[in-house]
Amino acid sequence: MKWLESNLDLVWELMVDHVALCVPPILLGFVISIPIGWLANRYRPSRGVILVVLGLLYTIPSIPLFVFMPIVLGTPLLSPVNVVVALTIYAVALMVRTAADGLASVDRDVLQAASAMGYSSWQRFWRVELPLSGPVLLSGLRVVSASTVSLATLGVIIGVQSLGYLFTNGFQRNIPIEVVTGIVATLLIAVVFDLLLVLLGRVLLPWSRGDGRQDARRARRRTATLVAEGIS
Amino acid sequence: MIEFRSVTKQFPDGTVAVDDFDLVIPPRQTTVLVGSSGCGKTTLLRMINRMIDPSSGSILIDGEDTAKLAPVQLRRRIGYVMQNSGLLPHRKVVDNVATVPLLNGVPKGEARERALELLDTVGLDRSLATKYPRQLSGGQQQRVGVARGLAADPNILLMDEPFGAVDPIVRAELQRETIRLQQELGKTVVFVTHDIDEAFLLGHQVVILQKGGHIAQLGSPAEILANPADDFVATFVGADRGKRALRIQRVDGRDVVVDQNGTPTGVLQP
Repeated sequence: MKWLESNLDLVWELMVDHVALCVPPILLGFVISIPIGWLANRYRPSRGVILVVLGLLYTIPSIPLFVFMPIVLGTPLLSPVNVVVALTIYAVALMVRTAADGLASVDRDVLQAASAMGYSSWQRFWRVELPLSGPVLLSGLRVVSASTVSLATLGVIIGVQSLGYLFTNGFQRNIPIEVVTGIVATLLIAVVFDLLLVLLGRVLLPWSRGDGRQDARRARRRTATLVAEGIS
Repeated sequence: MIEFRSVTKQFPDGTVAVDDFDLVIPPRQTTVLVGSSGCGKTTLLRMINRMIDPSSGSILIDGEDTAKLAPVQLRRRIGYVMQNSGLLPHRKVVDNVATVPLLNGVPKGEARERALELLDTVGLDRSLATKYPRQLSGGQQQRVGVARGLAADPNILLMDEPFGAVDPIVRAELQRETIRLQQELGKTVVFVTHDIDEAFLLGHQVVILQKGGHIAQLGSPAEILANPADDFVATFVGADRGKRALRIQRVDGRDVVVDQNGTPTGVLQP
């Protein structure tokens, strides 16, 4: 406990770093996955290949990926960009199938009706397809958020500041409370992100309340598993 | 007036849904396209607002070839009502009704005011305006669908089996409303159904279709009943059986109308 009292500033600083490291990959993963998911649905024969190949990206071991990033990107060794790009790759891997499924989940009748009303394809995508896939996209985004928050701890291995520092440092110096603090702080960020996403859903998708409950429950279960895996 | 001129539609998989189809749909009346599934009736309907483009032939609206019009603009001036309402689940009832005026650039306040008036027109309480479609019953959703179809005050209203999925009592009510609205507003209604009773009830002109969009018979309900063109039509309209094969029985000096089973259905008025 004494360690925690004298290191509160450090913990806070690392939490801020951690959040800064997580937000861009979550947003980028979302934004990149939508057009890919759309394309996968649009060109049916390619759907299986696109989704499987991109899904497999998640199985790339994270440490080699982090290490290879500067070589591939030509970025400085210690640049946070390396971690952001790597985490974005994982985010896309997780999100792209949800994006495709979400867009495919929109009722064909509704799309037909929208066209019959006189929505152009562009208007129909932004005003009908995208909002209606919202509940599914949100459930995917919650999984991506949890996964990203836990994976970001690994950034410390290539020298990028995150809460992972508390794990490595705590182990090396044999300070259990430091490791526990790292776990709790990571969990805290994951939970706060998740709550924010749920809140965002409430605000942006008021029409779906009640319908999406099952999706949400499923997503929460996946989130819990992923967070547990990330920490172990 | 809507005119089909030797219209053929072959889908990419080779099916010929409509083969060399000609028809004139008179203005300010209800024309019903009726037939079993696969007769091409929905394809015909969707070719009017270019949801489907014909493989050959042309469709004219008031003399203007629709192939020369931009599909999106064309659709905005033709009302469309479909089965299962097709309402946008993420828009409140009032915004669903206002969809087309909003697409046409009508200011939001004005479009909503008009939408509320349309709820009155189709017999819905204005308190439903702020609900989402899934909070409404099937019959109410269909009424909203009709209001949405009327919102831009189109001359033409296309109705694709709009009452197929509601229960018989609500369907009867909606059918009466459709007749009333058509009479009050004087729209050109093109209605698709597989239900011959519905066709006879609503149609000024009824088009009985066979596979490939071949017209088995065209005429008013009375004309068709009085003179079925062939056995197919006779069987299809049920002229040879049940409640349409009526006879007169003299009972106590009055003419009682009975159906094929001898069940009395009414009394002939002098």
